[in-house]
Amino acid sequence: MKKDIILSGVGGQGILSIATVIGKAALKEGLYLKQAEVHGMSQRGGDVQSNLRLSDKPIASDLISIGKCDLIISLEPMEALRYLPYLSKDGWLVTSETPLINIPNYPDQTKLMDTIDKLPHKIVLDVDNVAKEVGSTRVANIVLLGATIPFLGMNYQLIQESIKNIFQRKGDAIVELNLKALAAGKGIAEKLIQ
Amino acid sequence: MSKQLLLGDESIAQAALDAGISGVYAYPGTPSTEITEYIQNSPLNGERKIHNRWCTNEKTAMEASLGMSFVGKRALVCMKHVGMNVAADSFINSAVTGVNGGLIVVAADDPSMHSSQNEQDSRFYGDFALVPIFEPGNQQEAYDMTYGGFEFSEKIGEPVIMRMVTRLAHSRSGVEFKSLKPQNEVSFGEDPRQFVLLPAIARKRYKILLGKQEAMIKASEESIYNRYIDGPNKKLGIIACGIGYNYLMENNPNGCEYPVLKIGQYPLPKKQLMKLCNECKEILVIEDGQPFVEKKIQGYLSIGIKVRGRLDGTFPQDGELTPDSVAKALGKENKRNFDMPDIVEMRPPALCQGCGHRDMYTVLTEVLKKEYPSHKVFGDIGCYTLGAGAPFFAINSCVDMGASITMAKGAADGGLYPSVAVIGDSTFTHSGMTGLLDCVNEKADVTIIISDNETTAMTGGQDSAGTGKIEAICTGIGVDPKHIRVVIPLKKNYDEMKKILREEIQYHGVSVIIPRRECIQTLARKNRKK
Repeated sequence: MKKDIILSGVGGQGILSIATVIGKAALKEGLYLKQAEVHGMSQRGGDVQSNLRLSDKPIASDLISIGKCDLIISLEPMEALRYLPYLSKDGWLVTSETPLINIPNYPDQTKLMDTIDKLPHKIVLDVDNVAKEVGSTRVANIVLLGATIPFLGMNYQLIQESIKNIFQRKGDAIVELNLKALAAGKGIAEKLIQ
Repeated sequence: MSKQLLLGDESIAQAALDAGISGVYAYPGTPSTEITEYIQNSPLNGERKIHNRWCTNEKTAMEASLGMSFVGKRALVCMKHVGMNVAADSFINSAVTGVNGGLIVVAADDPSMHSSQNEQDSRFYGDFALVPIFEPGNQQEAYDMTYGGFEFSEKIGEPVIMRMVTRLAHSRSGVEFKSLKPQNEVSFGEDPRQFVLLPAIARKRYKILLGKQEAMIKASEESIYNRYIDGPNKKLGIIACGIGYNYLMENNPNGCEYPVLKIGQYPLPKKQLMKLCNECKEILVIEDGQPFVEKKIQGYLSIGIKVRGRLDGTFPQDGELTPDSVAKALGKENKRNFDMPDIVEMRPPALCQGCGHRDMYTVLTEVLKKEYPSHKVFGDIGCYTLGAGAPFFAINSCVDMGASITMAKGAADGGLYPSVAVIGDSTFTHSGMTGLLDCVNEKADVTIIISDNETTAMTGGQDSAGTGKIEAICTGIGVDPKHIRVVIPLKKNYDEMKKILREEIQYHGVSVIIPRRECIQTLARKNRKK
């Protein structure tokens, strides 16, 4: 098993919370893991990314090579495209469709969606709306994580346990909310790839 | 024991705790900040009374750590690469005094300048000061080298550098811990004059330091962190330093056909280098940062063995190493399946919405651009450096910590009017106070804005040494209290802020304007805790 994942978004969106859930599950499964993060200046509303590498064999590099990424998980559609040179031929892109516009020259949204549509393997979903339906926009990240389940190559129960682990100190209601968000995202992705 | 998921920075911190340090001394700076923060959050620091408060700058941190070493205790001092320049005076001399308790100096380099002003490689500092350097390649090595580094420092009686790079500092992996060691008791070295660097003593100490060089090379030759891995194809020999080794192995998952010398400890191991250069026709040096090893192997005249690296164009001379640049150097270039679409735009960082610096810059640019077209604004290092970008385009310089005040003074000396400096509270106490004294002593015609958000914001909201003391510091330095003006940077106060700014620009002497409002990030964090 080997999964090279790029998580992308805009500073402050919380891409690392997704990485934390996957990371905890990976450790439980006894996988090797390396996770390179961006700290410092870029966190102030700039583009941010994290390279998350999982494998059942020791991992050499902290960074993913060009053309070898299995999965791009993005909380922002334009940011999803920034890392396309890293995506492998059969790799998947799973992204939120909601743009975060904090620059004056943000691209035309129709053009942006057309560009994503042309990719061979992608899941685009309205994570904020799904999260709202589930109960709170605060679980949008977990909805997105749910949508990656078909491509993650990891046991679904382990991801669920990881969520329980991380959120248990916030109470049962929060755990349930996050599990529901995860299932909702998973459901949408499974439908889309049918 | 099971592995814990730690950043490279956190691995150093955990190892220092386990090795029995009595203090960490540091000024925040990306990518080194997380080391000290980890120790601050550790339950051990209470039990063991480990010093962990932030210092005013890297020089005070370096000196305090040397003081702790003086009394026989182990100390860790952490900074980003440019912090080494601030600490250099005490650091270089600490090699001449030598140490008593083990002392590790973490220098976190930032190739590619993710959050920095230059790409200087701290290995040159180790070479310059004549002390050993560790360069970990992964999180476990960062832990092991730090854990064993204190004992090594005590054995050779010198401080040692732990050279980190951004990619390792900010990457997580599983790390296995070793057992907790007791802290050192207070003890003093055998030579009571060791730390008294009068020329007569310094000359003796320097000879002692020079005399240790052979032992340091021998330690490197015997180090487990310098490994010679033979390969059948002797057309090329590879020297891979620190994380460079990871990228080499990433591109050779089934082992490398060429002999490889993996470097993790300096000075360079002569014996292994000699073997590699004798057996191989050509040498490829893979190192993150500047061509430190490459220059040493090649020599200025390049009359020995052929060496490839950053100097001959095998790698670009600037920017960090990547698995892709290493693949290319090995003739295995990685191919793109997709290009980045043209519609993807740059998304530079920006000041937060609601940040007090925004209000300060709004007022500053409105007054200066309309009423004083001949003005220049000297900026400094911090969040407010982002005033250089849209929509403000407000600053004309950003060079190093504290340079806003002194550059504004020099420009005023040269006839510029109005000459304005913008500096943050933490940067002011770090390196701005001495420059302010220069201004006061010469009655320089400068307007200094200390934009006070009561924290060290850019690195994530660490304590700022001057919080609650800025006016007192300025008064103490000799600024006329009539020209120390405090304002609250909010939209409703714009008229008052403009009036004060005009008055102080028109005053031909040293003025300090202090727009003060807490950083909205630290405020939000405090509110969440409540």
